Amino acid sequence: MSGHETANILSLRNVTKSFGGLTVISDVSFDVPRGARMALIGPNGAGKTTVFNLISGFYQPSEGDILLEGKPIQQIPSRKRIGLGIARSFQNIRLMPHLSVIENVMLGQQANAGGLVDMLKPLSFFGHSAWRHEAEALLDEMELSSYPGEVVATLPYGVRKKIEVVRALAAKPRILLLDEPAAGLNGAETDNLTSFLKRLSATGITLLVVEHDMGLVRRLCDDAVVLNFGRKIYDGKTATVQDNPLVLEAYLGPRHAGTVKEGAADVA
Amino acid sequence: MSGYWTGILTILSINIIMAYAVFLPVATGQLNLGGAGFQALGAYTAAFLSAAFGLNAWVTIPAAMAVGGLVSMAIAFPLLRTKGVYLVLATFALAEVIAGVILNTDALGGAMGLSVPDFLDYHVPLIAAVLVTLFVFYLMATRFGLTMRAAHDDDVVTDLLGVSVRGVRVAAFSLGGALAGLAGALYAHTFSFVDIQSFNASLSIYVLLYVLLGGTQTAFGPLFGAAFFTLLPEGLRVVMPELKTFIAAAFHQSGPLSPPDESWRFVILGVLTVLMMAFRPEGLITRSLIERLKPGRRTKRLDVAQEVSA
Repeated sequence: MSGHETANILSLRNVTKSFGGLTVISDVSFDVPRGARMALIGPNGAGKTTVFNLISGFYQPSEGDILLEGKPIQQIPSRKRIGLGIARSFQNIRLMPHLSVIENVMLGQQANAGGLVDMLKPLSFFGHSAWRHEAEALLDEMELSSYPGEVVATLPYGVRKKIEVVRALAAKPRILLLDEPAAGLNGAETDNLTSFLKRLSATGITLLVVEHDMGLVRRLCDDAVVLNFGRKIYDGKTATVQDNPLVLEAYLGPRHAGTVKEGAADVA
Repeated sequence: MSGYWTGILTILSINIIMAYAVFLPVATGQLNLGGAGFQALGAYTAAFLSAAFGLNAWVTIPAAMAVGGLVSMAIAFPLLRTKGVYLVLATFALAEVIAGVILNTDALGGAMGLSVPDFLDYHVPLIAAVLVTLFVFYLMATRFGLTMRAAHDDDVVTDLLGVSVRGVRVAAFSLGGALAGLAGALYAHTFSFVDIQSFNASLSIYVLLYVLLGGTQTAFGPLFGAAFFTLLPEGLRVVMPELKTFIAAAFHQSGPLSPPDESWRFVILGVLTVLMMAFRPEGLITRSLIERLKPGRRTKRLDVAQEVSA
């Protein structure tokens, strides 16, 4: 891992999160380098989504610091974090079901539209506003431009999944947290998403991705952090993650892990 | 126009304004069952200023709106901490408190009510209803309207997207209070008399019904709901005797019939309400209904099908 604070856009320092007596995240530290494509993986219930909820401010850490470019942000209320450049998607789609596609995307722009004038200027009354044109351009990029007026609740799962990514992008984030973006997508859609995220990364946006599809993780992410039972068990290159005995144990159980690979660990 | 129709038009206009007063908080996900209380605030503000100080309606109406808006804003902060059925009960209780205070204030006439000297005819509420309708349509087309509807759908995610959900809800609730104040002031000046019985719980329930059954997703809903439920009883007034004659004829009875009991109209209204709740729980006018009525939708649908299968 790199040592310079400024090289990391986001860092977790000894973060612990407990709900009553139940500790779901235990003393987790890792750095997300600026511009990285990093995966956050682990078995079900490892605490991946909880980490996202801590970063986006939905939860407060019980202990430890969350640093954005070296500055602690855990005291900043959740609704102000998107303005700092942290946007996210959700594991179970959380689009506004009664809003249309374009309206969901325009809602995503909210972080850059705080003032009273922005709030009271019509988005589309007579003709379309700049906000709307911008949202349409984003949908165009994701090949979603054919149904801006459709109400979200009526659309297929894969399309809604993509719209959620577009909505997060509408905030013009510096770091994008994607919670299982490929879940429920077919092979072609996953390929599409992978190349789109690579293009996105090329524009300088840092990606932190929770994903179970290891094919996507390997193609998209250079670095990976692995959690198991709320503890970090691996932090290094994605290419070598499968050689790590702790990771194998977490996924396959202790007996199998020993027989598959031994001592080939490359823990960073 | 006959007195009967101008009366209907006045009531219709006031009901439309009231429907929008309740719609604004409901559109943000806050059910308001205290509409009558806020209307009473506006009505008594206008009536008192007109009766006690001889002020004309152009002063009392803005004053009534200000009182409605400011009282709602002051009350919104503690009130909007509650959610769901608790908020419904809290708004309901609030309306009862307002009624109780007015009833026990001698300066406001107590149970006797107040006469309002400055009279306005039906034109003023009609124009006000048109302006309020345009205003709400405008508001729903702004980013503020977008955040209102987002707060209704998912307040947690709306917050994470950078919206002050509380701010939006307080603003919508206060704007609703100002509109209820307007409706009350118009009532006072067109009927020339206010008494607290006119602003009872059933008015609150009716107004909320206009909104919920008309549809809460668009500004068309309250307009349609208020118009439907205001005009339906009047329509039934005409249709009911015909219906009774028809049924009697079906059983081979003729001759002069007594007109049917008035209360039957409300039976039909109640049955329609239940049917609407069963078959259109999201209200009569929904987003998808409007979308379906737009031309060119069929081709759009085909695009979606192609893209998904691609």
